[in-house]
Amino acid sequence: MLLINCPYCGPRPEAEFANGGQAHIARPADPMSLTDDEWAAYLYMRDNTKGLHHERWRHANGCGRFFNASRDTTTDVIKRTYRMGERPEAEHQGAKP
Amino acid sequence: MQKFSALSLLRGAVSGHANWQRQWRSPDPKAEYDVVIVGGGGHGLATAFYLAEEHGITNVAVIERGWLGGGNTGRNTTIIRSNYLFDESQRLYEHALKLWEGLSQSLNYNVMYSPRGVLMLAHNVHDVQSFKRHVHANRLNGIDNEWLDPQQCKEFCPPLNVGGAMRYPILGGALQRRGGTARHDAVAWGYARAADVRGVDIIENCEVTGVRRSVNGAVEGVETSRGFIRSRKVGVVAAGNTSNIMDMAGVRLPLESFPLQALVSEPVKSAFPCVVMSNTIHAYISQSDKGEMVIGAGTDAYTSYTQRGGLHIVNHTLDAICELVPAFRRLRMLRNWGGIVDVTPDRSPIVAKTPVSGLYVNCGWGTGGFKATPGSGEVFASTIAKDEPNKINAPFTIERFRDGAVIDEAAAAAVAH
Repeated sequence: MLLINCPYCGPRPEAEFANGGQAHIARPADPMSLTDDEWAAYLYMRDNTKGLHHERWRHANGCGRFFNASRDTTTDVIKRTYRMGERPEAEHQGAKP
Repeated sequence: MQKFSALSLLRGAVSGHANWQRQWRSPDPKAEYDVVIVGGGGHGLATAFYLAEEHGITNVAVIERGWLGGGNTGRNTTIIRSNYLFDESQRLYEHALKLWEGLSQSLNYNVMYSPRGVLMLAHNVHDVQSFKRHVHANRLNGIDNEWLDPQQCKEFCPPLNVGGAMRYPILGGALQRRGGTARHDAVAWGYARAADVRGVDIIENCEVTGVRRSVNGAVEGVETSRGFIRSRKVGVVAAGNTSNIMDMAGVRLPLESFPLQALVSEPVKSAFPCVVMSNTIHAYISQSDKGEMVIGAGTDAYTSYTQRGGLHIVNHTLDAICELVPAFRRLRMLRNWGGIVDVTPDRSPIVAKTPVSGLYVNCGWGTGGFKATPGSGEVFASTIAKDEPNKINAPFTIERFRDGAVIDEAAAAAVAH
């Protein structure tokens, strides 16, 4: 079980959290202007990074808030957690933050 | 190749088992092949076998980073069934099930296919309705699946706790009698041996580091840790690592890789006659021929490549098993492990051509690929040989997500299967 550092509540066991998938995917501002390929990419395509991966977590059984985590998917070590609206640190930015 | 028979086993026994030959060669890679298969698991080896057996394409290499069957082929809980909901899935998995029935003979290798019955338990009204719908859908396609009430479940699988005080009581189950298990290692070894004797080169400890494409975009071959291997057709069958191989060719897939765990108990005498699955409480159990209870757990919540998962996931499954089969409460667990499964948004596989000419992909089998091994290899071989999808795998494209033609077994099962 991971120990996850909620930016609002501090370190808590993974059982208190829900994973929200890849972070920093912005909903297209004007969906009607997208081609089918672009819409499918937004809905279904994910990075599936082997290495440093940025993902959303929600402290579902705690403060209830969403935040982001940068985790190495080859070791499961969480390098950093940060609040919604913040960007991953420069040295942590992968190919596509 | 030494042919296996009762006589050859007897001969081996009286000569002290000193004269068995190697089951497959260990060749150096040639400079060029007609087809290169990336990934030496069950699906990749089966693909190579059917390329040689059914399409006469024998100048084939199977490239494996580790050892044969060391990934998900050797890590799964070996459940075989074909009772899916949608017609497309039923055709694919039933094709595989039919091949399982004659596989030991076709390969001259005992894969220990054991159609002992797969019983899927229902624990709430939604389960009952959903499983009955599956039963009807299967029977319309001529696939055996029948509804059992709790008492019939108990008769079919006596160790089950029906009627006792349970958080999730057994309200019935869907039984596929032709479902069962097979010996996973034997499947990899049997396909490897049969492919090897037909001329396929199986190259272990060889990692693919790049996919080379020509100026017009078509595949030219793969860069590996043992040098460049030229081939105009490359089939990628790399399970949890498929995204990374396809990245090298510039193809993005709707895949995410999750850890999935399994564990076995200490071996005991024959105590569990069939396979029992419970999607609702995440418990999958059968007994191996060695006597171990083979138990499958759920996936972790997050993507990972670590081949291990959280202990709480395993705990959750064991809680469920202890309720289902109270006699197992005192069993000790021997080993647990994880594999990395590649999951698509609709939980159906992708067996298809890609936008890159000469590049083919067979992936997305998620938590239930073992059962499809022979069928998957057969239709993928046909897709590569003819450069067009077989009728059975035609719906399992990458483009189905763009076109809205998803085969939504995820919604049909509501959980991982």
